Amino acid sequence: MSEQFFDWEYVISFMPKLLEGLVVTIEVTIVAFILAAILGLLMALGRRSSNPWIAQPIGALVEFIRSTPLLVQLFIFFYVLPRYGLRMPAFIVGTIALGLHYGTYTSEIYRAGIDAIDRGQWEAARALNFSPVRTWVGIVLPQAIPPMIPALGNYLVAMFKESAQLSAITVVELTLTARTIGTQSFRFLEPFTMAGVLYFLISYPSSLVVQRLEKRYAGK
Amino acid sequence: MQANSSAPIVRFENVTKSFGELTVLRQLDFDVAPAEKVTIVGPSGSGKTTILRVLMTLEKPNDGVIWVNGEPLWHQKSGDKLVPASEKHLRKVRGSIGMVFQHFNLFPHMTALRNVTEAPIHVLKMPKGDAEQRAVELLQKVGLSDKLGHYPSQLSGGQKQRVAIARALAMRPKVMLFDEVTSALDPELVGEVLNVIRELAEEGEMAMLLVTHEMGFAREVSDRVVFFDKGRVVEQGPPEQIFGSPQNERTKAFFNAVLRH
Ligand SMILES: Nc1ncnc2c1ncn2[C@@H]1O[C@H](COP(=O)(O)OP(=O)(O)OP(=O)(O)O)[C@@H](O)[C@H]1O
Ligand SMILES: [Mg+2]
Repeated sequence: MSEQFFDWEYVISFMPKLLEGLVVTIEVTIVAFILAAILGLLMALGRRSSNPWIAQPIGALVEFIRSTPLLVQLFIFFYVLPRYGLRMPAFIVGTIALGLHYGTYTSEIYRAGIDAIDRGQWEAARALNFSPVRTWVGIVLPQAIPPMIPALGNYLVAMFKESAQLSAITVVELTLTARTIGTQSFRFLEPFTMAGVLYFLISYPSSLVVQRLEKRYAGK
Repeated sequence: MQANSSAPIVRFENVTKSFGELTVLRQLDFDVAPAEKVTIVGPSGSGKTTILRVLMTLEKPNDGVIWVNGEPLWHQKSGDKLVPASEKHLRKVRGSIGMVFQHFNLFPHMTALRNVTEAPIHVLKMPKGDAEQRAVELLQKVGLSDKLGHYPSQLSGGQKQRVAIARALAMRPKVMLFDEVTSALDPELVGEVLNVIRELAEEGEMAMLLVTHEMGFAREVSDRVVFFDKGRVVEQGPPEQIFGSPQNERTKAFFNAVLRH
């Protein structure tokens, strides 16, 4: 049996476990994306603050996170923080680190989207005496966010693939599950091939959806 | 014009505004009486827009004091001194001023109706039903009762500007600023907007400060015309006098150039 180049029976035997790994990957991606969307907005707003004591540290933090590898950040969160008493499950640590890392990218999208709002909109809001909060919530963000959706979608797809790096800190997601299966039976071809297929089956259609969104918003 | 009997609704006292090296308003003194309709005319770059923007708190003056309805706009009283205004004070005084912009600046993600109700609901805390009822009345007044559910992108320039006028009126300002509100419009749409402003002027109770190149219109609606050049009032008076027999050489030269078009 092990003479076969690609052993389908073996595939069928490990598929349920691999799909469990896929579910974890999807969970991590969705939670981390929500985190990235929220943190990105907060970072973008923080960098725009007229108070330099807020704007500059946030700007420095964003640049630092964006200019260092995700893997290093994962290791810092996973190995270094517990030494200072901050102990969390790998799944949570990994999700936060992924969300924070991509939050620095989404913050740039928010920044560009907010900058694209015509100055006249701010002036009309001021002439009508809207509060700053109401100006953001009612006037600026509702116009700025829809055109950002394709770019955010691209990051969602990227995060789905990059979540494989969480295997390095023992998060039992798709990639680590495939590796564990392979280690147990000394056959790596099938589990990694099938993991690749699963990644592809989700990320390729998703990127097609993003392309359609891009066309839709580019028409505006 | 009841200008002399009552305190001014707007007073510029020694107001200076510079952009870097360029001084746009030079120690400007300038009053507007309650309900007075004042047109500002002058060459391009003379600072007409800047006067309105400083009054709308879109630009901060470098020096001098602006009074609105007896209160300092950019300052607040602290004992008997004037100190820079807090955001809260600015918001309070700004509430009596409204502005209509050259490029409309409607909120594109809201219908005509919501453009008009948004500020009354969120700023004046008016109940939604009341705000909508009033918005419908105002849009009717500017001739757009059939466009309540239209988005700005579905309206012509003239219609957009009329929504913008209704939006500003909904805040019940005591002073309304109009900055070349017809100059971005196709010529055939100018009339419908001027008609709305003319009606507002005839109703009377609101002070109006207009910057326009429509000289015939200015002559018709203004109590006073101010000729403005290089950051200063050069000459002012009733429209017949300023248009009919200007005294100052610069005023004469300006009207000669304008009327030759
Ligand atoms: N934000 C700004 N920064 C720098 N310069 C400015 C700014 N706003 C206006 N200016 C300059 O100030 C001067 C007066 O501008 P303003 O817009 O008040 O003139 P205006 O009388 O309204 O002219 P126009 O008839 O062309 O509208 C111009 O030279 C203009 O370039
Ligand atoms: Mg101007």
